[in-house]
Amino acid sequence: MLPFYHYIPSVCILLCLLSAILLAAVRNGRAAFAAGIGLAAVTAVLSGVLLFMLMPAEESFTFVMGHFPAPFGNELKAGPLQALLTMCFSLVVGLSLLGGWADLKHDVQPDKLSLYFVMTSLTLAALYVLTYTNDMFTGYVFIEISTLSACALVMAKDRGPTLVATLRYLFLSLLGSGLFLIGVVLLYSVTGHLLMKQVGQQIIVLRSTGRFGLQLAFIIGLFTAGLGVKSAMFPFHRWLPDAHSSTTTASSAILSGTVIKGTVILLIILFCRVFTLGMVNALHIDDVVFALGIMGMIFGSISAIRERQSKRMLAWSSIAQMGYIFTGIGLGTRAGIAAACFHILVHATSKSMLFCCVGRLSAVNGHRKMLKEMQGTARHDILAGIGFTLGALSMIGIPLLAGFASKLYLATSTMDSASKTAATLFALALSTVLNALYYIPAIVTVWAYPEDALIGRAPRDSAFTVSAAVSIAVVILLGVAYAPVMHIIEVGLSLL
Amino acid sequence: MELLKALVEHRYALTASILFVTGLMNLMQQRHLVRKVIGLNIMDASIFLLLASQGYVEGRAAPVVAAGMAEQAAELYINPVPSGLVLTGIVVSVSVSAFSLALIQKIYREYGTTDIKELVHLVKRED
Repeated sequence: MLPFYHYIPSVCILLCLLSAILLAAVRNGRAAFAAGIGLAAVTAVLSGVLLFMLMPAEESFTFVMGHFPAPFGNELKAGPLQALLTMCFSLVVGLSLLGGWADLKHDVQPDKLSLYFVMTSLTLAALYVLTYTNDMFTGYVFIEISTLSACALVMAKDRGPTLVATLRYLFLSLLGSGLFLIGVVLLYSVTGHLLMKQVGQQIIVLRSTGRFGLQLAFIIGLFTAGLGVKSAMFPFHRWLPDAHSSTTTASSAILSGTVIKGTVILLIILFCRVFTLGMVNALHIDDVVFALGIMGMIFGSISAIRERQSKRMLAWSSIAQMGYIFTGIGLGTRAGIAAACFHILVHATSKSMLFCCVGRLSAVNGHRKMLKEMQGTARHDILAGIGFTLGALSMIGIPLLAGFASKLYLATSTMDSASKTAATLFALALSTVLNALYYIPAIVTVWAYPEDALIGRAPRDSAFTVSAAVSIAVVILLGVAYAPVMHIIEVGLSLL
Repeated sequence: MELLKALVEHRYALTASILFVTGLMNLMQQRHLVRKVIGLNIMDASIFLLLASQGYVEGRAAPVVAAGMAEQAAELYINPVPSGLVLTGIVVSVSVSAFSLALIQKIYREYGTTDIKELVHLVKRED
């Protein structure tokens, strides 16, 4: 008899899939909203319980799905890192739904509102599977499910530009998943397995005999490019600003906060569990990822400075922040990947809060989206203003906020890879200045005295208030108590 | 002669590569959205061909075990795993195509065109 917590990952996935099916039959938008929030809360609590059970003994386990044991069946693998990440995803999805609820009622047709929560449930299911799966092909299937549900989230705001943004996102995502699938097929053809552990063992054998070296390098390249497209890695990022900015607030927050992270986590798992960091280093894949990460960090920030539309500015900032994550992975060391994982948590919580606050500040002024039109809006919803300010300061990297801790870890982790230290520190310093160049003027704008009376003042939004209060607490908590979180990540990585 | 032998031996991989590049070029170069979807489908089909060929073993039967033949040696059959994966892949591909076509239809109703360049231009003007 397995301990009860071994069932938690599969139960969470099944709960998400089941609620997606059941919600399709619900016609009442408010009931579907309650169910969506409930699902996020339940899965977050279950993931928290799993983390609590795994951490004391520093344990990880493999759970066989169905009745076919390895090497034929399907498996999930759970450890502290996966539990922490999934808990964060559930929390971010829940807070995004709460924070964007008022905009959802404004942007989505009432008769289709309940279907929106079908898509959020599917997105959550895909994120859980991408984090927990031990099977390469299951990873591919859920990458596609994540694509379709994310596209539906983008096009929830049923307007022409949003539809075109969805289509561009869809085509590029499908190209990315196509590259990933070829990688899986070629890997199957050289190793004869689909389960990550068995594939990893075969790769060790192949490397010791020196066979298929070129093929393996090509396969890692395919995985990196395929998952890179899905995660908006520079230069495959063109789809992101339109897709993340043109849609409703909750979708922007969920997409920027979680969806682009699911595929990065899969890439990290592949690098650590299947190919091993030694092989990634030997083939110089980490150097390529590092260079693209640095370029994304700088290019994303420069584009954000030039942007005048509030949500598009945040979307460009997401590309820069994904650059931090890829830089961490590109360091090619355990410490670098730990810093990248920490930044995944930081960006997920801070960026979803920023999107929700911008959505609220924009709603206060008649849903106007240009930055200059948001002048003084923070004075009409103080909590949204505080949330926006703290989120922006966190992204810049001000101490006592989450972003500072991840930059600190990224900077210290470069000490293990001497050749990349100077480049990383220079890029971090430059990026911090660039971040400040667009976030500080935005903060000043929202707090300035309005030139004209604000139009269309939005009524009180208690759902947003709860979301903003919890988000602010989480961002400060991550910035103050970062050491225990980092300890969980380091233990989780060693058990990956 | 050696080259010809190698080509025949890797005929599936070769065909799959040609199909993949054809699909990719369609996806990248075509301006018509439906043609882009067709390109995507050609890409998917090429991957499925490659995958199916991985499991095929010359001279062996389809992996359908009749009653009473369960004890027969596995050497009689082709590898069933890739066939299962191809079936799953086809389901995914069909869903994605249906979604894409529905989206294109919606865009056509909104803008009256399916030309990506025109659409980008129209969207810029609208913004």
